[in-house]
This record gives sequence, structure tokens and C-alpha cells, in this order.
Amino acid sequence: MTIEEYLYYIILPILAISVLLVFCRFVLGPSIADRVVALDLLITIGITIIAVYSIVYYQSTFLDIAMILGLIAFLSTVAFSYYLEKRNRKKREKKKKEDNAE
Amino acid sequence: MLSDILIIILSSLGALFILLAAVGFVRMPDSYLRISVTTKAVTLGVGLLLASAAIYFNDLSVTSRVLAIILFIILTSPVGAHLIARASYFSGNKMWEKSVMDELEGKYRPNSHRLSSGEDIEDVEKMKEEPDRESDLI
Repeated sequence: MTIEEYLYYIILPILAISVLLVFCRFVLGPSIADRVVALDLLITIGITIIAVYSIVYYQSTFLDIAMILGLIAFLSTVAFSYYLEKRNRKKREKKKKEDNAE
Repeated sequence: MLSDILIIILSSLGALFILLAAVGFVRMPDSYLRISVTTKAVTLGVGLLLASAAIYFNDLSVTSRVLAIILFIILTSPVGAHLIARASYFSGNKMWEKSVMDELEGKYRPNSHRLSSGEDIEDVEKMKEEPDRESDLI
């Protein structure tokens, strides 16, 4: 068994199973934070899958895409958390105004 | 031959860590525990698998790229986890009922999201009583 076969038949299925599990949590996830973290995790596992594919097909240029995915994952997490905090603040202000009116 | 064995060991360990992180992500009872799982185990797994790619190619350009990716992930994943956990705490996400303690309870202003350290508890009491200033409501 060569290394490429080992990676293709054993490592890639393990990664695929973990992607499925994370996707379960992405669909079920009770709160928005869970979904954002699941998205981040999906992208991070995608980076590893790209690395494994670059070994299997002997294409080292795939790793550039992995790098860009890493950048985008961080940016999306930061943006989501920023807007979540803003939304909470607006909600609280609205609630406070209503309480004052009463 | 030696590098083949090294690649097999590294990639198996990395895939195992990622699988365990995914199982933990589904099974953990609380979103904060889930966040902690993803930051640690997945960072280690990604690092190991990328290291196996670097060993396989044995080329300076690939190795530098892999090192850049690993460094970037190690730098950014704690920051992202902190930000999203903070947002989820402020949005009133409940902790697991068997959690031992909530150290942040009553130590921040809900409107301005300003935190105080644990030492000056009198300040915290004052903080609760006094109304939020206009400058806090950005």
C-alpha cells in the first residue's frame, strides 16, 4: 500500500465522517454561536482535506487555496461576532426604552 | 522510507484528533464547551496533517507555505473563539446546568459591555445601581 492509497482510503474517509458530524451540529445547533463555530470548523477541516488532496494528486499549488481559506475563516468569525454583539446591544436598548416608558 | 512512516504517523494522529474534535463538538452539552473543543483539538489536527504534507513534498516553497498556514491558524483560532464566546455570553446564552461557576456574573454592564475585574466588588455594586452613561451607548 503506497502512501497515496493510505491517505485516500483511510484518512480521507475519517475526515469526511468528521465533516458530517460537524454538519449535524451546524443544522441542529441551538444558538447562532454554535452555527458560527461550526462554519469555522467546517472551513478548517476543509483546509486539511485540501492538504490531503494535494498529497494524493501531487499538486502543491492546492496549498495556496488552503491558505486563503484560513484567512476567510478568521474574517467570517470576526464579522459574525461583531454583528452579533451589535444586535444584542440594540435589543437591550430597545428593551430599556420600553421599560422606561412603562 | 523513513519519511513514509513519519507521514503515516503524523496524518493518522491528525485525522484522529479531528475526528475526536468533531465527536466532541456534537456531544458536548454547552456552546462554550463546544468552542473550547474546536480551538484546541482541531488546531493540533490541522497542524499535524499540514506537517505531513510538508514532509511529503520536501520542498522549501511548500514548507514555507505550510508554516505560514499553521502559524496563521495558531494565531487566529483563539482570537476567533474568544470573540464568538464573548458575543454568545452577551446574547444571554445559558451555560450547562452542571457548570461549577460563572465568573463573569454581575461583572459587566449589559448596555456598554464594559467589564470590571473581580477585585473591586464595591465598584460592581455601584455599577449595577448607577444608570448607564450616554457615552457608553455607542
